[in-house]
Amino acid sequence: MHETSGHRVMRWALRLIVIGYLFFLVIWPVALVAAKTFAGGLAPVINALRQPEVIFAFQLTLSAAFWAVVINTMFGVGISLLLVRYTFPGRRALNAMVDLPLSVSPVVVGLALVLVYSGRTGWLGEGIEQAGFQVIYAPPGIIMATAFVSLPLVIREVVPVLTEIGTEQEQAARSLGASALQTFGRITLPAIRWGLLYGVVLSLARSLGEFGAVKIVSGGVAMRTQTATLLVEERYQQFGVVNSITAYAAAFILALIAVIALIIITSLRPGRGRSR
Amino acid sequence: MSIKITGVGKRFGDFIALEGIDLDIKTGELTALLGPSGGGKSTLLRIIAGLEVADAGSVEIEGVDATGLPAQKRNVGFVFQHYAAFRHLTVASNVAFGLKVRKRPRKEINARVQELLELVHLSQFADRLPAQLSGGQRQRMALARALAIEPTVLLLDEPFGALDANVRKELRAWLRRLHDEVHVTTVFVTHDQEEALDVADRIVVINQGRIEQVGSPDELYDHPNSEFVMSFLGPVTTLDNHLVRPHDLEIETHPFEGAYAGRIERFNRVGFEVRLDVHLTDEDDAPPVLVTLTRAETTAKALNLGVPVWIRPVANASQVRITTPTLTSADTLPVSESVPQPSLT
Repeated sequence: MHETSGHRVMRWALRLIVIGYLFFLVIWPVALVAAKTFAGGLAPVINALRQPEVIFAFQLTLSAAFWAVVINTMFGVGISLLLVRYTFPGRRALNAMVDLPLSVSPVVVGLALVLVYSGRTGWLGEGIEQAGFQVIYAPPGIIMATAFVSLPLVIREVVPVLTEIGTEQEQAARSLGASALQTFGRITLPAIRWGLLYGVVLSLARSLGEFGAVKIVSGGVAMRTQTATLLVEERYQQFGVVNSITAYAAAFILALIAVIALIIITSLRPGRGRSR
Repeated sequence: MSIKITGVGKRFGDFIALEGIDLDIKTGELTALLGPSGGGKSTLLRIIAGLEVADAGSVEIEGVDATGLPAQKRNVGFVFQHYAAFRHLTVASNVAFGLKVRKRPRKEINARVQELLELVHLSQFADRLPAQLSGGQRQRMALARALAIEPTVLLLDEPFGALDANVRKELRAWLRRLHDEVHVTTVFVTHDQEEALDVADRIVVINQGRIEQVGSPDELYDHPNSEFVMSFLGPVTTLDNHLVRPHDLEIETHPFEGAYAGRIERFNRVGFEVRLDVHLTDEDDAPPVLVTLTRAETTAKALNLGVPVWIRPVANASQVRITTPTLTSADTLPVSESVPQPSLT
């Protein structure tokens, strides 16, 4: 293709601006975390990560993220089907509400959950606690806060795919004798699988990194309700080399998991245009 | 009777899609539902298939009341205009789908799929994805998929509507041959009168949610019972307050019994056919009468622009008396359409 030199200059200028922007906002800071982590070599990092508090925090984070993602996948697909395939009063309101977690500060989400489920502030929470079930300052609260915050990610990936594939394939399946469940499992699910997988990975990454809502809901007690992000904050604010290395190492691992997840999904996924 | 439809009606909001439809379709017949876009023919087909629920009336398939049955239990093969191919499955898996959900033994499925792919000439494409097929091939795959479940009736919704003209003609000839081989009761929807006349044993003309006329292609073409059917099935022109086919007009350069005098106002040759606009001498403000004849005839009779002529319908011409004032202009009638019908759902 022939291009004028003006075009070429423009293209390089645009690239430079985008790369510069990303460099100062994302690449440099994240790289510094890695640099700080390994400033003293590998041994201190491994020692830091071996602390029982750190191991516990990562286990808690992973299990909370896992359950939040499971919940969001099921409800996300359900809500997406509801939004795309059915018309009902309040559909637009529901559609708008799905985006709420993206626009509301996670801190507000945390406070709201405390108000409803805490035994001291909410009648529902009081009932739940009397039944011997702790939500706030316990793993269920952490899972709820995480699920709330990452709810839109699955839905916003699945809805456009569902809209695009239309209903004809599903109708064809039904007329060929498939039950509703068979139609969903054999036709709808495979059709949305890439969008769904992408949404799942996004919400997994978001869940691992959630901080604000979890901090309020969990209380952040080490070895009990302290997740990885809370551990990073706590250690970062404490004095001492070991504490800062622990903070940096934990932060590095969090970033690493998210990056690996995104790389896997990007390489697995066929060209976006083709698969849809 | 394979399909018995009684008093079926359907509304979408204020729009009446169908009203008081009674129709019997015989076993083994190939029936066309013909009509203009938005006339309700697709809705009727979808009601037979159970993809749409009628507000009133009942549908019986092979003597079983199917009115309340879901699509899944009707054992009806349905072919969509845009193929509705399962995009993530190979051609063979598409065809096998109905048998797999019925949990048939794998051996039986494989044999049946192979047999069907041979029938639709797609054997060498068994392992391809639908995206790698042409439109005509995809539609043949969809047909094989619908036939796999050995349906009591086969329903096709504008099956050739999304294909280009040549493939379309080829496929409809092929559908006719296939039907002669398979003999499954078949109903297809079309807005193309030529397609209906070419393929169907029986044509049901549907307009504005009602059945206008039912009959064999010959009956409908030769004895239309309304201006609508007459004008929808082929070109028409107006002579002496009657609709008549332009090729059913006799034309001479001298007066003869019962003929109307006029003058050739336009002389237009389209391939083997010549189209003449004849302006009648006695009816100055009437639109010109369209006459079509072959090139050979115009040459033999020395017909040309400006020549005075006399015209009259031939002895056995089909004619319909005009009662509504809207159908007077010969050229503005919607003889056929090429725009696919928007779905009513």
